[in-house]
Amino acid sequence: MTSRPQDPAARPLAGYRKPDRGTQPDYLFPPYASTVKRSPSQPLVLLPTSLCEVTGPAFGHDLLKANDHDLTRQGNGEPIGERIVVSGRVLDTHARPVAHTLVEIWQANSAGRYPHRVDQHNAPLDPNFHGCGRTLTDAEGRYRFISIRPGEYPWRNHHNAWRPAHIHFSLFGPAFATRLVTQMYFPGDPLLEHDPMYQSIPDEKARQRLISTFDWETTIPEQALGYKFDIVLRGRDETPMDNYLRA
Amino acid sequence: MSLQTTSSQTIGPYLHIGLTWLFTDNLVGAGANDDKVTVEGRVVDGDGKPVNDAIVEIWQANAHGRYAHPDDRQDKPLVTGFTGFGRTPTGDDGSFRFTTIKPGRVPASGGGLQAPHINVTIFTRGLLKHLNSRIYFPGDPANAEDAVLQSVPADRRGTLVASAIAGRAGAIAWNVILQGPGETVFFEC
Repeated sequence: MTSRPQDPAARPLAGYRKPDRGTQPDYLFPPYASTVKRSPSQPLVLLPTSLCEVTGPAFGHDLLKANDHDLTRQGNGEPIGERIVVSGRVLDTHARPVAHTLVEIWQANSAGRYPHRVDQHNAPLDPNFHGCGRTLTDAEGRYRFISIRPGEYPWRNHHNAWRPAHIHFSLFGPAFATRLVTQMYFPGDPLLEHDPMYQSIPDEKARQRLISTFDWETTIPEQALGYKFDIVLRGRDETPMDNYLRA
Repeated sequence: MSLQTTSSQTIGPYLHIGLTWLFTDNLVGAGANDDKVTVEGRVVDGDGKPVNDAIVEIWQANAHGRYAHPDDRQDKPLVTGFTGFGRTPTGDDGSFRFTTIKPGRVPASGGGLQAPHINVTIFTRGLLKHLNSRIYFPGDPANAEDAVLQSVPADRRGTLVASAIAGRAGAIAWNVILQGPGETVFFEC
């Protein structure tokens, strides 16, 4: 038994809400073959909330260049493909904006090829498309990228395996506990129902929230189609949970 | 109003494209005068094969035991130039290395202080969600009273404690075994 601390400096801290059941994949999901030897076999050990988990790195505008959010302006010319605007809000589970947080993205080019030494897919590279971007959310949690629509591509997970078109997202949020890496998909992609990564998420509604929605509001006439993708990070508990370690 | 946390997806094999710009394997800024520590390790899978496409991120307090974050309101100094964040990819042999300082002790959730440690996040192809772990320091007497370490079964506790590298002052080794015998302890936070 551990008694409650009397020292106010040692008052328990509110932690971050656990994601609801079914919204997150398990580590082991054999249809995605790489999980078989890379997933832990032992259960995770629950950490009681301390400063270590409610703090986290912060990144400022000094790290970013003017066109870091525009993936169509990183080469000497225009990349080949359909121009798109990908925008949305980063919120927490209380629907409050996550302001001034770093959002990093990377994606294949319009032919479904990454400029990466590991990617040997027989599709052309595009010298004008580097495939990465980053930005900070504004005070309302909004972000916006300009890019080209990524192509689908084959992978060797199983016979005739193809990844649906997707953009990788990496976010920090305010704390060590709010880190998230995910993928955004496109509406109506027939490959989604065959994709083990997408299907690894047990809850159907949670899966569907990874699919962006086509959006007239952000579509730029004669220039680029708009897609909306909102991201929800873990929100902070209102009160400290009774998660003391038992001695 | 309550929203559901967005689902995690794997970082995949091409993470370097998006994340290289922020690779930081040396956390010791010009303002940090404390003794440097080099942390070296390898990430291996359930067959003991090197994981050459992971990234390892670390988050730690400064030498005084304070995090560079607004929620850490302890009356301890901040260190100019020390952010406490590092990110590095694994090499062909699964290896990674950070140069940093040994953090000070920070408050524990049940009162008292935690032993000095570095918080770790691991991403790789084949991990549908990232993993969290901790690096504790070899031979630190505070380890014996650290509530988190003591909460871990004794036969697995050693996976969280780095080992001194013989003949190299300030160099410690800490490996990540994703699965199987000697599997590293991973945390839910």
